[in-house]
Amino acid sequence: MSGFRIPGKGRVDPATPVSFRFDGRKVRGLRGDTVASALLANGIHLMGRSFKYHRPRGPVAAGSEEPNALIGTRRGPGRYEPNTRATVQEIWPGLEATSQNKYPSLKWDIGAVNDAAYMLFSAGFYYKTFMWPRSFWDRVYEPFIRAAAGLGVSPSREDPDSYASRYLHCDVLIVGAGPAGLAAARAAAVDGLRVVLVDENAEAGGTLLSEPQARIDGRSAWDWLSAELAALKANGVRIMTRTTAIGYYHQNMIGMVEKLTDHLPDLPADTPRERMWRVRAKQVVLAQGALEKPLVFHGNDRPGVMLAGAAQTYLNRYGVLVGRQPAIVTSHDSAWYAAFDLADAGARVQAIVDTRADVRAELLAEAEARGIKVKLSHTATATSGRLRVKSLRVNPVRDGKVGTPYTIHCDTVLMSGGWTPSLHLFSHTRGSLAWDDDLTTFLPKDTPEECVIAGASRGLWGIEAALTDGADKGRAVAAALGKAGTETAHVVEADRPGTGTSEKELPTDLDPSRAKAFVDYQNDVTAKDLRLAVREGMRSIEHVKRYTTNGMATDQGKMSNINGLNIAADALGKKQPQVGLTTFRPPYTPTSFGAFAGYHRGAHFEVTRKTQIDAWAEEHGAVFEPVGQWRRARYFPKPGEDMDSAVRRECVATRASVGMFDASTLGKIEVVGPDAVEFMNRMYTNPWTKLAPGRCRYGLLCGDDGFIRDDGVIGRLSQDRFHVTTTTGGAARVLNMMEDYRQTEWPDLQVWLTSTTEQWATVAVNGPNAAKLLAPLVEGVELTDDAFPHMSCAECTVAGMPARLFRISFTGEIGFEINVPTPMGRKLWEAVWQAGQPFGIVPYGTETMHVLRAEKGYIVVGQDTDGTVTPHDAGIGWAIGKTKPDFVGKRGMARPDLVAKGRKQLVGLLTEDRSRLEEGAQIVFDPAQKVPMKMVGHVTSSYLSDAVGRPIALALVEGGQDRMGETVHIPMPDRTIAATITSSVFLDPDNARLKI
Amino acid sequence: MLLIHCPYCDETLPEVEFTYAGQAHVVRPADPSSTSDSEWEAFLFLRENPKGAHYERWRHLHGCGRFFNAVRDTVSDRFLTTYAAGAPRPDLSDLIERAK
Amino acid sequence: MTHFSAFSLLKNALTGNRNWTEQWPDPEPKAEYDVIIVGAGGHGLGAAYYLAREHGITNVAVLDKGWLGGGNTGRNTTIIRSNYLYDESARLYDHAVDLWEGLSQELNYNVMFSRRGVLMLAHTVHDVQSFKRHIHANRLNGVDNRWLTPKECKAYCPPLSISPDARYPVLGGALQERAGTARHDAVAWGYARGAAKRGVDIIQNCAVTAIRRHPDGSLAGVETTRGFIKAKKVGVSAAGHTSVVMQTADVRLPLESFPLQALVSEPVKPVFPCVVMSNAVHAYISQSDKGELVIGSGTDQYTSYSQRGGLPLIEHTVAAITEIFPIFNRMRMLRKWGGIVDVTPDRSAIISKTPVGGLYVNCGWGTGGFKATPGAAHTFAWTIAKDEPHPINAPFTMERFRTGRLIDEAAAAAVAH
Repeated sequence: MSGFRIPGKGRVDPATPVSFRFDGRKVRGLRGDTVASALLANGIHLMGRSFKYHRPRGPVAAGSEEPNALIGTRRGPGRYEPNTRATVQEIWPGLEATSQNKYPSLKWDIGAVNDAAYMLFSAGFYYKTFMWPRSFWDRVYEPFIRAAAGLGVSPSREDPDSYASRYLHCDVLIVGAGPAGLAAARAAAVDGLRVVLVDENAEAGGTLLSEPQARIDGRSAWDWLSAELAALKANGVRIMTRTTAIGYYHQNMIGMVEKLTDHLPDLPADTPRERMWRVRAKQVVLAQGALEKPLVFHGNDRPGVMLAGAAQTYLNRYGVLVGRQPAIVTSHDSAWYAAFDLADAGARVQAIVDTRADVRAELLAEAEARGIKVKLSHTATATSGRLRVKSLRVNPVRDGKVGTPYTIHCDTVLMSGGWTPSLHLFSHTRGSLAWDDDLTTFLPKDTPEECVIAGASRGLWGIEAALTDGADKGRAVAAALGKAGTETAHVVEADRPGTGTSEKELPTDLDPSRAKAFVDYQNDVTAKDLRLAVREGMRSIEHVKRYTTNGMATDQGKMSNINGLNIAADALGKKQPQVGLTTFRPPYTPTSFGAFAGYHRGAHFEVTRKTQIDAWAEEHGAVFEPVGQWRRARYFPKPGEDMDSAVRRECVATRASVGMFDASTLGKIEVVGPDAVEFMNRMYTNPWTKLAPGRCRYGLLCGDDGFIRDDGVIGRLSQDRFHVTTTTGGAARVLNMMEDYRQTEWPDLQVWLTSTTEQWATVAVNGPNAAKLLAPLVEGVELTDDAFPHMSCAECTVAGMPARLFRISFTGEIGFEINVPTPMGRKLWEAVWQAGQPFGIVPYGTETMHVLRAEKGYIVVGQDTDGTVTPHDAGIGWAIGKTKPDFVGKRGMARPDLVAKGRKQLVGLLTEDRSRLEEGAQIVFDPAQKVPMKMVGHVTSSYLSDAVGRPIALALVEGGQDRMGETVHIPMPDRTIAATITSSVFLDPDNARLKI
Repeated sequence: MLLIHCPYCDETLPEVEFTYAGQAHVVRPADPSSTSDSEWEAFLFLRENPKGAHYERWRHLHGCGRFFNAVRDTVSDRFLTTYAAGAPRPDLSDLIERAK
Repeated sequence: MTHFSAFSLLKNALTGNRNWTEQWPDPEPKAEYDVIIVGAGGHGLGAAYYLAREHGITNVAVLDKGWLGGGNTGRNTTIIRSNYLYDESARLYDHAVDLWEGLSQELNYNVMFSRRGVLMLAHTVHDVQSFKRHIHANRLNGVDNRWLTPKECKAYCPPLSISPDARYPVLGGALQERAGTARHDAVAWGYARGAAKRGVDIIQNCAVTAIRRHPDGSLAGVETTRGFIKAKKVGVSAAGHTSVVMQTADVRLPLESFPLQALVSEPVKPVFPCVVMSNAVHAYISQSDKGELVIGSGTDQYTSYSQRGGLPLIEHTVAAITEIFPIFNRMRMLRKWGGIVDVTPDRSAIISKTPVGGLYVNCGWGTGGFKATPGAAHTFAWTIAKDEPHPINAPFTMERFRTGRLIDEAAAAAVAH
């Protein structure tokens, strides 16, 4: 162990050393250390490089607000993440940590040349240059800028870990387990209220972990803490550590991320890395505490310059002395206590430099008792040192004048510019803030959510104040839930309430326009950048932020927002609230994508719906395609076949004898009731009144805008019952649309709608031998043209199974669709398969289905139509009930543009050179024209057709139905193809093949 | 994620159970064929889109399946009330008073 | 106003950067303007710039209720492309891309237009058909867009997973190489500076509370939080708030305003060379010059002005991104935010005269307004200056919702079979 670890200090375990690697070098820490505390214990402050100037940086904070000490962390292949905060990452044996944004090494980084040219890289410099010559932007400047930016390196492998998500409902959620949160939990944990207390740290306690000197109710802070935690657990409070409340959403929903494995030496099996909690709380107490502000002066970023509160935390929580000769610069009492703690731990505090003229006598006395020099009314104007601070330059300030500088030698500079209440989650609620002149900060005002703020996050300082306020707020939320919370009172000795002033950049005798006084460390935004932005006309904090990038680093302004605002307000000569505060956005701290995605990865990204016959198709070598959420067999290749040859074989066999097709994915809706026929009349374009029970009709559904929405064959099973089929992808949409009209427009109709897609498995059997094949299997229906003509339906038995049998055809061949209860789907399929063997039956997929229907000119909604096609455009105006007074779409399709001449209409195309057109290819009348060409339509479907003997295509063509026999042209990249407009029915226009 | 009270189920449930269904009280003309193009345009497309109280429809899709009406403040996203489809438009000033 | 150049940057660096001047002043509103533009986003500021530059109309004010560029201009994912299907859209967006290409030089403000290419992924047979239709139409319209095989997609965008076992396997993609991104804030600032230089008043924190009309119905001017301002012409370009403003003039528009969310990751070194969009899973992604992955999602389902948006949508968007780019699963989200987008029934914009003489509107850009900025601004300025639409924006009327002559790109991408 190095000499920076103080025996007897901290909550780390001296008996359990832990080794890990930093930039390949072995480092020893103790169990309970973070990477930052372990490195500091070894005297290492240099942990990273800044974004723009590549300046050497060490940790400035000790928590999740850290902007500088960002590292890559790795646990074997695939488990690597960039930009991890070294101040948060707990060490475990074998952890590999690497520094970032440096080349070739952290100590000698070539990117640091930017630092020398920093006057050129002033705020917004890139908006003002890199414009000449114009072509250089893409090829030279931008790649250069991009390569220079970016901190760590992206992971390059798939993440082997899993992530979970859970819901949690509770009465009271308390965010932050510091004194205010603990007291609130104690007060609210009454009478069965479900209370949840969360904290982002590895252990609960907040400030108490850094202030062991305090005595609460007669006990040491840490003893009190462990007793209190035990009491809370006994009272049923759920305490969740390593859990960050990342966002506050509508109606008290809080997103929280729990880290489960990043701190463990060995990964437990079957444990997710992180878990997203969606918490719905009746009441929320926000007790997130406050964040310390840096002071802004030239050189306030050198390794070794850090927040006084952070030094205090490193000492008290981790037992690490960050430096042996610290100098303190402060405008707030809190840093004095840090100085005392470090002095008491053996550091030689070089001086306490305070910007204020008056400081409490008690602090002065304590400093004197420790022999610490005190410099009041002083300013800090510079530091020195390359990779570690060596000295601090300070000057007295009298009557606003900066006096003669002198140098204080030191190995660390501990600073405090006061504290900013942490209002992030409050801000997510769109809560309003009020500026407090005394505290020079924003405090919470109103919020639309059921939430209260306790402790330091509303500007109260000291442990006793936090405990008291927390208890008050705990009782308040209990009262809001109708319960009397526990009355508690706490006495705190050795408490450290304090006051301070808030500063803009510290006054200096040096040229302020050349000062590197950092406000946003990571993004290298200095005070002069902020002032330059104001000089250039940026008058709101939003503009200043965006122009300078202040507050846009990975700490999201936790360090920089208020300092930036103070400086911008000063430059504008306005009060801070007139300049505004940028809105805090979720997440509170950077959060793994994996935690958001949760279970929705790989096969679970979205559900895959499979029919009962899917497994058979897979066993028989089907190639699948996704259609909506379904996966459907696309074709069934035999060995050596590609899609075209398989589809050709399937088509030929079906037209020659018989083929079978799994149509189970078709949407099915049962429309039932005395007014079912009236409902159908109103919804669909077709007339339904005269359709006799036992008969089917092609149904066409439009929107009230007059455009085609869906189609499908509809069977009337009885006077009051319709079996409606929809497209595979359209089922849910159609039912929703039907329900909308039924419930909202026509509530008087007695009709009920039920989705039956999942209830029926559907096997389509098509081909000249279809009836012959099925007849022996069907009981109750005679499969003849007389007894069961085309477009009939009946309830019967097929292969011993109860069935709804439809005689319909989407192929132009004799066709049947057999519906049986879903669990029987495969049994039916195999029965048909067996019965079909003598006929050489083939199973076919969606691709063959498409070819067969296209040969007959049957449209596929969504392929041959898009959302801009009317029934007349699609050539199915015959499906409109012309005498009906109204139906959905009737008025819409009478709008001027929908009845105008020259609309695109569906026709057939035959290429003159017998080549196959490409679907989506555009059509022109005049092939000689120059680009941009006047396009008059496009190819919607195109297939090789054995039955027609040449490739066929369907197309939408301007005025197409009046252009039969005309030649159109399809300009392709390499040539222009001529095609003749034909009827869209290529095969058997008289439907002779439908007869048995 | 919003919390929505279904007036039929009489339960307050998360938004993921519901689908939004646009402005409420847009009545489909009784005799569409007698409407002018402008009237039909208004029925199809013209919407209030207010910044503030909005009369709108939701469907409890993953619940009872029914459409209902709601008044929601589009600035805070807070529901002022929900009520059955077909019920008259509730008075806004009462709702705002009650919300306070 | 300082001219920007490498020389001016150097000169100012040597003088402590003390001599830069403000990029636009902060004037008090005058009593009367020839033209008032409502909304100081990229579209509104751009319209003012082109009114001054192309039409010599300089007695112009741009009013905004907040800060210039503070709305959707500064909240979007900065994608620029023009590979739209319909002639009308392709012409408008391609006009915009033409202007984007020279915009930095024209404005003397580096808007960082980066032609890094936009790749749209096809995951289903239906996607393939639809994209090919776009590619063929684009080719005949002179708009660049070409088909890539899965392997070519992977070569163009190495982080992409083209595993055939994915839930949404990549079946190919449509690539527009001329497309890309730009720096959103710089667009607003560059237009503001250019307009201000030509005499346009940019008046921030001046909310328009009503458009006032004379008793005879003709346009009088605008009521604002800083008093009444007389205007001969008013152009409204207020994005999500357009409905609210136009209603005060008794003009109803077919608009609804929805929340739209976007997010960025922590910054990393260059890993993502282009823009990738996937309509099937509803997500798009690029990497900013700062190194952040910039990710956009679809709109929330309900209308809102809250700029909040829900967690489920973001969870879905992130899941979609990590599904296509599994290597990003351990990257972290840095910030997410919401905007308000105004959506028309056909998801195409309106750049149009209105029934009120002298009142014009540019709205309905939905999720795609940024890419159109220069083209929309340019044609909107023309429409205002000449009181008639430019041929490019002539199809984008309010009338089309009455006649049914919609420009429905989304419908054309259409329902599945």
